[in-house]
Amino acid sequence: MGMRALFGMLLAAGLSLAASAASAHPHVWITATSELLYAADGTITGVRHAWTFDDMFSAYAVQGLESKTKGAYTREELGPLAQTNVESLKEYAYFTFARADGKKERFQEPVDYFLDYKDTVLTLHFTLPLKNPVKPRQLVLEVFDRSFFIDFQMAKDNPVKLVGAPAGCQTKLDRPNDGSATAQKLNEQTFLNGENSNFGMMFANKITVDCP
Amino acid sequence: MKPKLSPLAGGLLACAALVAVLAVADAALHDLLAQNPFGAPKPAQAAEPEASGIIGWILAKQSEFYRQMSSTIRAAKSDGSAVWTLLFISFAYGIFHAAGPGHGKAVIASYLVANRETARRGIALSFASALMQSLVAILIVGISAWVLNATAKTMCKAEGAIEIASYGLIALFGLRLVWVKGRTFIGALQAAQPVPALAGVPHDHDHGHHHHHDAHDHHDHGHDHHRHDHAHAQAHVQARAHHGHDHVHDEHCGHSHGPAPSELAGPGGWRRGFAAILTVGIRPCSGAILVLVFALAQGLFWAGIAATFLMGLGTAITVAAIAVVAVSAKDIAARLSAGRDGGGALFMRGIELGAACVVLLFGAGLLLGYIAAERTTCF
Repeated sequence: MGMRALFGMLLAAGLSLAASAASAHPHVWITATSELLYAADGTITGVRHAWTFDDMFSAYAVQGLESKTKGAYTREELGPLAQTNVESLKEYAYFTFARADGKKERFQEPVDYFLDYKDTVLTLHFTLPLKNPVKPRQLVLEVFDRSFFIDFQMAKDNPVKLVGAPAGCQTKLDRPNDGSATAQKLNEQTFLNGENSNFGMMFANKITVDCP
Repeated sequence: MKPKLSPLAGGLLACAALVAVLAVADAALHDLLAQNPFGAPKPAQAAEPEASGIIGWILAKQSEFYRQMSSTIRAAKSDGSAVWTLLFISFAYGIFHAAGPGHGKAVIASYLVANRETARRGIALSFASALMQSLVAILIVGISAWVLNATAKTMCKAEGAIEIASYGLIALFGLRLVWVKGRTFIGALQAAQPVPALAGVPHDHDHGHHHHHDAHDHHDHGHDHHRHDHAHAQAHVQARAHHGHDHVHDEHCGHSHGPAPSELAGPGGWRRGFAAILTVGIRPCSGAILVLVFALAQGLFWAGIAATFLMGLGTAITVAAIAVVAVSAKDIAARLSAGRDGGGALFMRGIELGAACVVLLFGAGLLLGYIAAERTTCF
């Protein structure tokens, strides 16, 4: 029996190595900036993203596209690609997850979307209107790909902007690579509260906005 | 001696092994993460610590090498020596890439375990499938992007079609393995107390010939076997030396003779291996496609091709190492079980069936979108 247990374990070890406790790995890198859009009465109406792709993916994405000037693409020439992008992103919920005072909020389809091409990289601009504009004390916005095919990093400079927010709102950004321990803890608490929360937090960018 | 317990214990252990194998596979499936953002939430404990451990390190290294590729290809435009750097980076990326996630090595390792293959063949299969993967990536980009100047959208559709085909192939391949191994396993169950000499230890002739509690009364096909279970108690002694076991003669059981020529050339030898190569190799790596298109855009397609082959070489080395580990683990298991009376052979058949199930699970999981090992870059 002991021997059997031993070789059972050996086999399990071999197979787990084989299956290699896999998690996904990124092939696309996005540097993001996000703006939270406020109406005059202080409700949040949506999020406006600007996502800059890495140059490898940018080169892949523009492959075969017609352009008047070689190596340069106008917003119009990139129009169809931008449309493909936002349509494809729907399947992944735009990698954007919002909770207003702990309650999950949903987004409508993107508006005002376009791509620009500068310094050999593409930037996708789009606005996600909230299905129901909200006026919470705390809004948590997370931007990440739970399968980690895309590595999201918030930009170094001005990663988050509040557009038209009431006075006194505080913004906090938890990046995946720095003290994310607190972000982790908070999320487990949120989970215990029973609402659907997002997982795969390891690589999440978490924006928290507290308003008085 | 407890001849009555052995088959039962063997059966139980085989089942336990199956469960263990399935659990490992299941864990792997979960770790690969379903791609649906609205998928069922995982329990809070499922916040795996893997990102900080070895896997995390592998992921970090892999990303590091991958991200250096684009700048190195750019540099190679003006400085030819940067190509050497590119080749080194590609090779390193391949090694780390294969050490991370991906279904290719899981399929190969499971296939090797299921089919009692040798380590040598495992290495050959790893290299052949990696080479094919590289060739497919080069062909896709070469034809669609270079010759036809197709857009990323078109290329992506082609990639997607190949992806579905490859997942289907894995599932079919797994299904066939399960069918073959399931029958063998049932055969072993019926002959619950195989003679050790038949269990593939030809050098041990003086061992285990004395108490065979034969289960030959289980041969009535299509009847309820459980009804006959008590027949064991009668302890039939019968030397059923050379009939009833189709598959035992080519068993290795840890003796590294290397593959016999007849085995490689014979029915299901290389042809069977080719199925494994095709199944794994038809699906190109997204990373290779991106590198190739990028190199093409820089006017250095040949550098992209060289990088792709080096990536393949790196991948092959890692997959081969994993294949050797899997085969060795199974060989050790076989050696330990071969020395024992009773359920050893049954146990091994159970492991093989389990490995076959893993292949099927991977295929089905990938096909049904339960696993997103490598999402095709369509957006």
